[in-house]
Amino acid sequence: MSAWFDANLVSILNGAAIGCLLFILAIGLSLVFGMMDVLNLAHGAIFLGGAYVGWKVGGAAPTWASFLLALGVAVLLGLVAGGVLSAMTEPLRNRSHLDQALLTLGIALVVAELLSMAFGNDVRGVNAPPGLDGSVSVFGNAYPTYRLMLIGVGAVLAAGMWLLVSRTMIGAVIRGTVADREMISAIGIDNRKVKLAVFAAGSALAAVAGVLGGPIYGARPGLDATVLILALVVVVIGGLGSVRGALVGALIIGQIESLGRALFADAASFVLFGALAIVLVLRPQGLFAGATR
Amino acid sequence: MFLEVENLTSGYGGSTVLTGVNLSLDKGAALAVLGRNGVGKSTLVMTLAGLVRPLSGSIRCDGTELAGKRPDQIARSGVGLVPQGRRLWKTLSVQEHLELSALRRRPSSSSRPRWTLDRVFTAFPRLAERRRHLGAQLSGGEQQMVAIARALLTNPDLVILDEPSDGLAPAVVDRIGEVLRELRVEGVAVLLIEQDLHLAFAVCDDVAVMAKGQVVHSCATADFRRDPETAHRLLGVA
Ligand SMILES: Nc1ncnc2c1ncn2[C@@H]1O[C@H](COP(=O)(O)OP(=O)(O)O)[C@@H](O)[C@H]1O
Ligand SMILES: [Mg+2]
Repeated sequence: MSAWFDANLVSILNGAAIGCLLFILAIGLSLVFGMMDVLNLAHGAIFLGGAYVGWKVGGAAPTWASFLLALGVAVLLGLVAGGVLSAMTEPLRNRSHLDQALLTLGIALVVAELLSMAFGNDVRGVNAPPGLDGSVSVFGNAYPTYRLMLIGVGAVLAAGMWLLVSRTMIGAVIRGTVADREMISAIGIDNRKVKLAVFAAGSALAAVAGVLGGPIYGARPGLDATVLILALVVVVIGGLGSVRGALVGALIIGQIESLGRALFADAASFVLFGALAIVLVLRPQGLFAGATR
Repeated sequence: MFLEVENLTSGYGGSTVLTGVNLSLDKGAALAVLGRNGVGKSTLVMTLAGLVRPLSGSIRCDGTELAGKRPDQIARSGVGLVPQGRRLWKTLSVQEHLELSALRRRPSSSSRPRWTLDRVFTAFPRLAERRRHLGAQLSGGEQQMVAIARALLTNPDLVILDEPSDGLAPAVVDRIGEVLRELRVEGVAVLLIEQDLHLAFAVCDDVAVMAKGQVVHSCATADFRRDPETAHRLLGVA
């Protein structure tokens, strides 16, 4: 056990770091789908936009100032992008998921094309900010400091989101909207404003995830589709509209992506979709559907 | 007239359910809407609340046209909804239900005392004991109390209740009847959809009977009670 743990510690930590990143990405997707029944396939494009913001604003070798500035710009752009997406999907409110998926997929393709025109097709690698670009020793293994920090940021964000959703009035509106949004409107709360707010906040988090993911993935064409699929799997596994579900789903997928790849290199994507298939067969509504907290 | 519904039609997708509903209600008055299953009572309720879109006709309430408005606008203009099946948010506690409903509370009109959480707990002491429970953990009667409290906390001028007595013990139904009568005294109008004639008669001074998406008979409650033959013909009950 201990030898196995030693041999795979780096993979496990990598999985946790990827899981934290996926949680920050997937939470917005899950809440918007769970609350408003809007399937937003442009979510991955927002992540990629954030990654390019990290490279463009932060620079390939960012200082702390430029890194934080990049995060700030990503938040703003994410808020705006989410607001625009919320407004664009509003007319499709009572249409099928397929209509929404087609609209947001179209937007995603246009955005991806624009990004590739603006930034080219090379991988735009980004360093971690100073002080986080080295490695530290974890049980005798050298491990990148930045990824440890990512785990910490993910933990703090998850705790913050959980408190927000389970303990505040904002959270009560969110949970009520997941449970029965018509009755939320029947007490005088405008569903469109709730949707706008959650869409904007979720998109800002996706853009932030893009900046944070820069030092791991870089920014490159195709990354949007890769992370979108991972986030969709997270949402399906965790259940719609649930913070806990998004967290557990993201951590599971993080491990499958990392540890799974290390242990079953040949069957890595089979493991990912195998896990998805198992959850769909055993609990089609997801592990934590409707729990919201 | 405080509420005036004229030639209201609505339905779902392709099918029209309401084929021209007319009814009216004075300030502080109570009207019982009766009718067999499937005649469109709940569709009327949902259309008045803006949750089903009217196809034509008008809903004037306190001088403003509500037909075509969004449900949140209708709620904020003073219409409180207690839907069929209660529809609590099953992941929210009783306390959260009440706080949330008070969030967009209107300033209470005129001299009427406004609804607060304390006032709800006075009206339904049982809810004070159940504050921390989730909607799904409550008995049917407690759920109905929460559903009514939720509507009252918006400080409505008109409360619409869709079969509130459904499946409840007589003592709970009586308590609901008392609360509705107290509301009327304060000038709140009540539109009560019911199968339980006992509650309808105890609260309402007028009766409207629906059939096939229309109001086919309306009269004073006292007259309706005196004429069991008509009641039997329209409702299939004695
Ligand atoms: N959500 C809905 N979608 C489609 N048809 C509905 C829906 N709700 C009710 N109906 C139909 O509308 C008619 C009237 O139903 P309803 O208004 O619920 O009657 P009531 O409340 O008087 O029992 C019924 O034929 C019912 O099948
Ligand atoms: Mg009904």
